Amino acid sequence: MSADVLTAPTARRGGRVRAMLGRLFAVVLKDRFALVGTLIYVAFVLLAALAPALAPHDPMEIQFLESGRLARNVPPGDASHPLGTTSLGRDIYSQLLYGTRSALLVGVTAAFFVVAIGTLVGLVAGYAGGWIEVVLMRLTDIAFGIPFLPFVIILSAFLEPSVWNIVLAMSLVLWRDTARVIRSQVLTLRERAFVEAARVTGSSHPRILFMHIAPNVLPLSFLYGSIAVGWAILTEASISFLGFGDATIVSWGAMLQDAYQSQALSLGMYHWFVPPGVAIVLVVVAGFFISRGYEEILFPKLKE
Amino acid sequence: MAALLEVEGLTKHFPVNTGLIASLTGRTGLVKAVDGVSFTLAAGEGLGLVGESGCGKTTTGRLLLKLIEPTAGTIRFEGEDLGTMKGEDLRRFRRRAQLVFQNPYEALNPRFTIRASLVEPLLNAGVPRAEHEDRIERAMERVHLLDPHRYLDEYPHQLSGGQLQRVVLARALVLEPVFLVADEPVSMLDVSVRAGILNVMREARDLLGLSAVYISHDLALVRYVCERTIVMYLGHVMEDGPTEQLISAPAHPYTKALVSAVPTPDPAQPRLPLPILEGRPDAAATLSGCPFRDRCPEAHERCAVEAPRGVEVAAGQTAYCHLYDT
Ligand SMILES: Nc1ncnc2c1ncn2[C@@H]1O[C@H](COP(=O)(O)OP(=O)(O)OP(=O)(O)O)[C@@H](O)[C@H]1O
Ligand code: SF4
Ligand SMILES: [Mg+2]
Repeated sequence: MSADVLTAPTARRGGRVRAMLGRLFAVVLKDRFALVGTLIYVAFVLLAALAPALAPHDPMEIQFLESGRLARNVPPGDASHPLGTTSLGRDIYSQLLYGTRSALLVGVTAAFFVVAIGTLVGLVAGYAGGWIEVVLMRLTDIAFGIPFLPFVIILSAFLEPSVWNIVLAMSLVLWRDTARVIRSQVLTLRERAFVEAARVTGSSHPRILFMHIAPNVLPLSFLYGSIAVGWAILTEASISFLGFGDATIVSWGAMLQDAYQSQALSLGMYHWFVPPGVAIVLVVVAGFFISRGYEEILFPKLKE
Repeated sequence: MAALLEVEGLTKHFPVNTGLIASLTGRTGLVKAVDGVSFTLAAGEGLGLVGESGCGKTTTGRLLLKLIEPTAGTIRFEGEDLGTMKGEDLRRFRRRAQLVFQNPYEALNPRFTIRASLVEPLLNAGVPRAEHEDRIERAMERVHLLDPHRYLDEYPHQLSGGQLQRVVLARALVLEPVFLVADEPVSMLDVSVRAGILNVMREARDLLGLSAVYISHDLALVRYVCERTIVMYLGHVMEDGPTEQLISAPAHPYTKALVSAVPTPDPAQPRLPLPILEGRPDAAATLSGCPFRDRCPEAHERCAVEAPRGVEVAAGQTAYCHLYDT
């Protein structure tokens, strides 16, 4: 009677990392939105990496014509200036390419801090409970009460207009959404039997939190991270456009501001302000697409 | 025999939120999951805990392992009070007391390989790494999981229910504990693999000489593994005695009802024709007197006013019922 047949599933080795990557990949392939979003991100990463090779000029350098005159307002289609030049004689195409670098820098670092802070706060609040949870969730409520854009502008203006201060300001506010969602996820996870099982075997609270619970909320963190990338880029662009940005850095927002100041819009210089605008829209949309794809996997109920 | 576990007046009340209106009016109730349970468990003894769904078996098991704190009452493990145990004493307790879960699919972290799940107790107990492989192998042998290396790098979803429950059992045995709580360890499993798991548990008990509390709603299964049984109803002990004696000569009306519900292997043997009155136990109700009186065919006036005390009806057999308290 004790001979329940021990049928052996074929052995499948391979680390946890590979399993995780496999799952991420499966989501991307299954959902067309996620696929498009990922392709956009990949394209931007490639452009950022190859910007020095692809860009014909230094984006900040003022260009001159062969005649020695300032190459200002060169129309698009020119052999050496495919998107033309600005009214100060800078190459728009090179600016656009270099803009991907600052956008990614801002997007990825801000998203990293947003996710790291939010996940940590959510994990600890959800698992610890009691007064720790109360304090952390009050802090989250306060972060929700802060008007986002004004806060970022004031803080970055107060410190000094640098991208790092913009990243800092965004990280200080945007972790709130991640924290709330992760906490509610932890509240259900900690009731799962395997958590109690780990306690019985003598696992410490930190071990349970980081080895048993955290890996189960990481997909959600990734989801919020992918949204945060787009948000951060959009925010940096808004701030630069409003003139509170980092003047030493080429960014899409700074390009728009430059174009706006030079009345590019009324002069009909579409080649100047449309490309950075489209680039911003694309990264924001990509973040949204990816998150949508994940949502359908994480919360299948939305699928109808 | 020395007592491994002494339980006295063990009580656990859970607050229940009965919705928004109730919480606004401040009318939050209490579920008396466990209400004044006392018993002792001798070293090496196998004790069954039976009763209907919701009578507090799982809660009792969790209390015994200090996974939740009691509302009242004390538990002594090897003479030490669990309530005040902490630090190194608690870590020692965690090495010596283990739990086997009802649902093996839930008891293992789905993201851990079988090896990672088995190593975890060893890591927590500070067993040197060099011994891990040996210990795991021994535990896997004990639960008769043949060819263990075939499973060690698999994930739980790749194993069958019977295999998984053996892994869960191996995990509980890997530290060679002295006390084991098994909460309906076979109720989620296919009937064909149940006997295998029960045999493994019996063997392990004999081999390691461990004491076990075996939780089930099925008296027939308890009979298979436990010398002694406690019958619970609504968080209270109804009857406590040697398993065979409880089945052949039940004293408490509730035990009689349970026994009559057990299918006997011999169809010629008449079933006890004892009717139990209709109704569901309601743990939220505040009762005075005997908790079973609403459904008891023998209920009389005294049952409504006075809580029955334990009366020894035969050697080692105690019934909590006024019928025997004269
Ligand atoms: N964490 C909890 N919070 C609130 N109520 C609880 C909790 N755990 C158990 N209860 C309640 O306590 C009572 C006893 O539950 P318990 O799980 O101990 O019963 P059980 O005998 O194990 O039942 P089953 O056979 O269904 O497993 C039930 O009414 C249950 O709803
Ligand atoms: S005390 Fe009364 S109600 Fe309770 S079991 Fe005995 S006879 Fe029935
Ligand atoms: Mg139970």
